[in-house]
Amino acid sequence: MKRLLDIAPPVALTLILLLVWEAACRLLHLPVYFLPPPSDVAVALVQAGPRLATSALVTFRMALTALLVAGIIGTGLALAVSLHRAAERAVRPLAVVLQVTPIVAIAPLVLIWFGIDHAERAVVALAAAVAFFPIFSGVLTGLRSADPDLERLFDLYAAHPLQRLWRLRLPSALPFALEGLRVAAGQAVIGAVVAEFVSGSGATQGLAWRLLEAGNRLRTAEMLAGLVCLAVLGLLLNAAVAGIARIITRTRPR
Amino acid sequence: MADTGPIAALDQVVVDWPSRAPLGPLDLTVAPGEIVALVGASGAGKSTTLRLLAGLEQASSGRVIRAAAPGRTGFVFQSPTLMPWADALSNVALPLELSGAPKAEARARATEALTAVGLGQRLTARPAQLSGGMAMRVSLARALVTRPDLLLLDEPFAALDSVTRRRLIEDLHALWAVAAPRPAIVFVTHDVEEAVYLAQRVVVLDAASGRPVADLTTPGAAPRPDHWRADPAYRQTVEAVADALAASMATSAQGAS
Repeated sequence: MKRLLDIAPPVALTLILLLVWEAACRLLHLPVYFLPPPSDVAVALVQAGPRLATSALVTFRMALTALLVAGIIGTGLALAVSLHRAAERAVRPLAVVLQVTPIVAIAPLVLIWFGIDHAERAVVALAAAVAFFPIFSGVLTGLRSADPDLERLFDLYAAHPLQRLWRLRLPSALPFALEGLRVAAGQAVIGAVVAEFVSGSGATQGLAWRLLEAGNRLRTAEMLAGLVCLAVLGLLLNAAVAGIARIITRTRPR
Repeated sequence: MADTGPIAALDQVVVDWPSRAPLGPLDLTVAPGEIVALVGASGAGKSTTLRLLAGLEQASSGRVIRAAAPGRTGFVFQSPTLMPWADALSNVALPLELSGAPKAEARARATEALTAVGLGQRLTARPAQLSGGMAMRVSLARALVTRPDLLLLDEPFAALDSVTRRRLIEDLHALWAVAAPRPAIVFVTHDVEEAVYLAQRVVVLDAASGRPVADLTTPGAAPRPDHWRADPAYRQTVEAVADALAASMATSAQGAS
């Protein structure tokens, strides 16, 4: 019952917005290539369903692969760097540069490096590049977040660096790392879509390609249907990360 | 460990700070099995003195003698300082596991230590499920689990209400009394009555330099019964320590003006 009350307001708001949208389209006689009503989008969603689903799977796979790559590199680098202050000082500015450089701007370069024969590889590389920073930053901040008095306790009992890492710093870092992963999951989808837009050749058949294709043909309803798929994809990835977070939190070392 | 030598001592120890007047020179001797209270104004260097004795702080000059066996120094911080993701048992077993004790033995001794502080029923509780007083007891059990030669307490009771605090102090006294051999205890406090009640010696630190400026022996054998707090000798000692404490602050106030 309480759950029902929790989800009632957002569901109600969405329904109201859809109704207003539908009514506006019909009353103002908007051309469908400009703004189709939600009912048209629903029809497009059904008609283009199989194609959209296949593409969504492609995008999902690329985003997930990118997330995995970013997770391994980001966590590994954060672990390595956390062992040495000087290493951290050396790497942090570079990581920030990577973060603040617009992904659209590096996409053509990455396409040249990775994408000449393997467009999908370039998309994964770009998505991984944007997913890297939240993970790296989260893990590094987390590794440094251990209670200073607990650090002293580990000093007192002359803990081995590996014991300190495993029993104190990794568990302390976990909430930060998971938050970083959650942000990175969203970024990976954005990265995958942007990379596919930029490559724009149809060599990869993800959702972004469907959007481009439908846009070129002025099939606006199909574009919106693609956007719906992207939103659902983002939600799924978010839920997947949250699920992983729950499992890890339950099994962390004691 | 020689029976006659100190368990820990500071000999002309100075600690230089980057942005403050240096601390010291400090001289302090702690004999095996004795209870010493450190009192002083805020910022007098009480915690630093304690960390020097624990080997957690480096002296800039002078000599620090630490005769406790490796891993046999216990430390209780101002807050319980427990690992929030681990249950009480794992928290208490940690010092033994860090020094390589087999897991089963560590767990058995941790259970023993938790039972000794009255938490034998709460082994699997996470810190968030414990009250402040209980969390402090877990922290105390963790410090005691290695059967320390030297137990260092940094205002561990300051955040507790007075009833909980008094009960914990009495339990600490009782645990100390039954331990064989008894650990030396050095504890930092700003509560003069707590210091006199618990300690055999009360050392007053100068507010500015952190140097011990008074070293008073408390009357009567420890552990004391609760009604000792009404004893005139107890009251006199409390007054004497309070006077010494006030004097230690007055000189530094003069120095500052």
